[in-house]
Amino acid sequence: MTELARTRPETFFSDRFSVTSGLMERVLGGSLIGKVDDADIYLEYRINEELVLEEGIVKKASRHVSQGAGVRAQAGTRTGYAHTDEISIKNLEEAARQARAIADRSGASGTLALPSRGRPHDLYTLAEQPIAADLARKLDLLRRIDAETRAADPRVKQVIASMASEEVVMLIATASGWTVGDVRPLTRLNVTAIAEEGGKREIGSYGGGGRVTFDFFSEEGRWRRFASEAARQAVLKLGAVAAPAGSMTVVFGPGWPGILLHEAIGHGLEGDFNRKGTSAFAGRMGQKVASELVTVVDDGTIPNRRGSLNVDDEGTPTGRTVLIENGILTGYMQDRLNARLMGMKPTGNGRRESYAYAPMPRMTNTFMLAGQDDPADILRSVKHGLYAVTFGGGQVDITNGKFVFSASEAYLVEDGRVTAPVKGATLIGNGPEALTHVSRVGRDLQLDEGVGTCGKDGQSVPVGVGLPTIRIDGITVGGTAV
Amino acid sequence: MNQDLLVEVLKRAAQRGATAADGYLVEETRFGASVRMGEIENISHSREQRLALRVFAGRASAAASTSDLSRESLERVVDEATALARITGEDPHAGLPDPSVLVERVPDLDLEDGGEDLSPEEKIEIARRTEAAALESDPRITNSEGAEYSNRHARYAYATSHGFVHGYATTSFGISVAPIASRNGEMQRDYWYSTSRKRARLEDPAAVGRTAAARALRRLGARKMKTVEVPVVFDPDTAASLVRSIAGAASGPSLYRRASFLLDRRGTKIASPAVTIVDDPLIPAALGSRPFDGEGLATRRSVLVEEGVLESYLLDTYSARKLGLESTHHAGRDGSGVSVSTSNLMLLPGKATPRELIGSVKNGFYVTELIGFGVNGVTGDYSRGAVGLWIENGELAYPVEEVTVAGNLLEMLAAIDGVGDDLVLRDRTVSPTLRIGRMVVAGT
Repeated sequence: MTELARTRPETFFSDRFSVTSGLMERVLGGSLIGKVDDADIYLEYRINEELVLEEGIVKKASRHVSQGAGVRAQAGTRTGYAHTDEISIKNLEEAARQARAIADRSGASGTLALPSRGRPHDLYTLAEQPIAADLARKLDLLRRIDAETRAADPRVKQVIASMASEEVVMLIATASGWTVGDVRPLTRLNVTAIAEEGGKREIGSYGGGGRVTFDFFSEEGRWRRFASEAARQAVLKLGAVAAPAGSMTVVFGPGWPGILLHEAIGHGLEGDFNRKGTSAFAGRMGQKVASELVTVVDDGTIPNRRGSLNVDDEGTPTGRTVLIENGILTGYMQDRLNARLMGMKPTGNGRRESYAYAPMPRMTNTFMLAGQDDPADILRSVKHGLYAVTFGGGQVDITNGKFVFSASEAYLVEDGRVTAPVKGATLIGNGPEALTHVSRVGRDLQLDEGVGTCGKDGQSVPVGVGLPTIRIDGITVGGTAV
Repeated sequence: MNQDLLVEVLKRAAQRGATAADGYLVEETRFGASVRMGEIENISHSREQRLALRVFAGRASAAASTSDLSRESLERVVDEATALARITGEDPHAGLPDPSVLVERVPDLDLEDGGEDLSPEEKIEIARRTEAAALESDPRITNSEGAEYSNRHARYAYATSHGFVHGYATTSFGISVAPIASRNGEMQRDYWYSTSRKRARLEDPAAVGRTAAARALRRLGARKMKTVEVPVVFDPDTAASLVRSIAGAASGPSLYRRASFLLDRRGTKIASPAVTIVDDPLIPAALGSRPFDGEGLATRRSVLVEEGVLESYLLDTYSARKLGLESTHHAGRDGSGVSVSTSNLMLLPGKATPRELIGSVKNGFYVTELIGFGVNGVTGDYSRGAVGLWIENGELAYPVEEVTVAGNLLEMLAAIDGVGDDLVLRDRTVSPTLRIGRMVVAGT
């Protein structure tokens, strides 16, 4: 609601729940100081709104409010976490007692970790919060998208247009008296089209968003593009041929195919898996893990992006971490716990789904820097292979490094020419090896439209990815055409 | 449980102009303790509640929910939902089920453990024993992602503006462990778990640990394969994922959107005669059991697929009306609204032992893990990353990784030519071992 716009988190929680920074310090000091290595209190208030239009009818209009507080105490490698959905000093004290129980079971160093003091960024101050925009305007936009998608092609028989918006007010107080808050808008528009022809049916989906206003969707012809892309993909797939099976050269288009990086190397470079030695990348810092054409960064500081944050969920300002530089492994993504245990600096990657979870190292916006090549030249260089431009979800086994992700729009490449569209197929590779086979990197870096959600240990967080056109020589394509 | 709160909220909705409404309340407490390499890693406690409201203004509807159950917040939720419903527009199929079909006698399904809760120390000790059994079972188990003990107690209440108010409580307990095996620089992780509504029915922690270790160990030395078309045997866990894909395609929302490979196939053969799939919500103390569905309809055993013929769809009230059918009492409910969900969904066992199914394959693939999301529910096209063991002359010969298995679900279901006798109801959706005559395994 508009009441949250330009809210100062400290004022918000003290007005609404009578929980002030001073009182939180008292809770932390009273129960926790001297017995733990690190501790914090996280307060969160969240409003979600979801609108779904199907067959021109509003199928879902819902609004959800959730609020709560999490108290964390850490000693050595141990974490105690307690959360409650009633924000009050009494409950915070009880949660702090439960969290401290862990400290009582261990020998903490007794020296408090330094807080990550630093100026929060200002990446998404908006003229109007997306959740505050007029509902009638939102529903009207969804109706226009429905009409536009149907008009795009007579074979489009079903359209689902949806918009999800949220606003999160968070405040974090650390044991050493540092308090920092953030107000986070987020919105996403999605269009799904189902096309039918001659008894065959196919689905196409497109969307985007970010930490942006509702008007973002009307800028640069965005919603019309989402609508026409969803229709185009659905219709295109009606004529798709069986995907090839086996190892081959694959050219990845720019933008969302950056999910390759997220799965192939991103998760494997999160601090927790490397501290525990359970990642296929563990102990490989300074080694060559990719072709020298490859530089990959994780950057949480890009204005208005879905994966960006002014501060992470531990109060550390986000940063730009170079993960791979010219093929050499140079960085891990860290939260406070793993940074402390590994003797490294927190990188602003400590994230959590909500107050119900303790943070862990997560990605923000992960992308490969642009190279020199003309994308058209890259395609022309392929004798026989696959050109993959849109992907669904992916997954990785951190320990053996095997990753998969599913191409939802892909074409055969024959003698340098893009030919028939192929059915969806899963691509599978080995993280520490796949990027060593990158032989061409385009100059056309694009970030995705703002649709990514990453899951880890049951926690989902919004993320971004990006990629220029690249060519990988030898990745397994899981089609059916032998 | 505060069922009065629900009734009050529904009353206020009526005062605000709602012509009908229903509400759902969940209160839960959870505890989790994890241990890694013998040391406590995380302990978490939580208490949560959520009230979800759905209101109708004639044929228009809206939903709202909150975790703040203060009077002020609940009043705001009602006001927002009723205001939302006024602007959303008519949907001729929207509405509550007819009151005459609501459950009359709510069965007691024994879903709550009556025993004393363990102390945090005892729970930590169980997690420790689970992990220790994995670590001690073989010197090649060198690392671990940890072991966890968790338990949850939840109370649910559902009420409608017709005057229906009922509730029930459940408990659940779980242990799991993810050990890492290594040899010559290769690392392989696997896991195992046990979960139950009754603490006493959890598997022995040491047995869970040893199973997890054996699963990780058998992956060491994994090879890539050349691309081939061969018989593929799915172990019970991976076979269960095929059953979930069928349920997704048979669910009302997929069907009325015409986004399902099972569209217009009710009453026709969709799988080999060896396949019968049943959903049974009334099994005492089972994980998927529930005494009524998310709209207050009596739950009952239903046959989804009988000897290969698709007998029934999975419908809630709304999707049933859209399709001109009756609800099959499969409404699911969570904090965000009504959906379709199954209860204890089982592909019924056949006569062959898993040993015999593997033994029947001269050259083929035994799948033990699937990764990724490569299932197209609209077309049935299937392509997923897979891990497992290669079968040579009827024997499990060596581990395989970095391959995909691909086909089309309708063709795969028709090609099921072996169903194992090894069905165990250890989760909500289960299957015995399945053998599929031919699939493409893509590798190098």
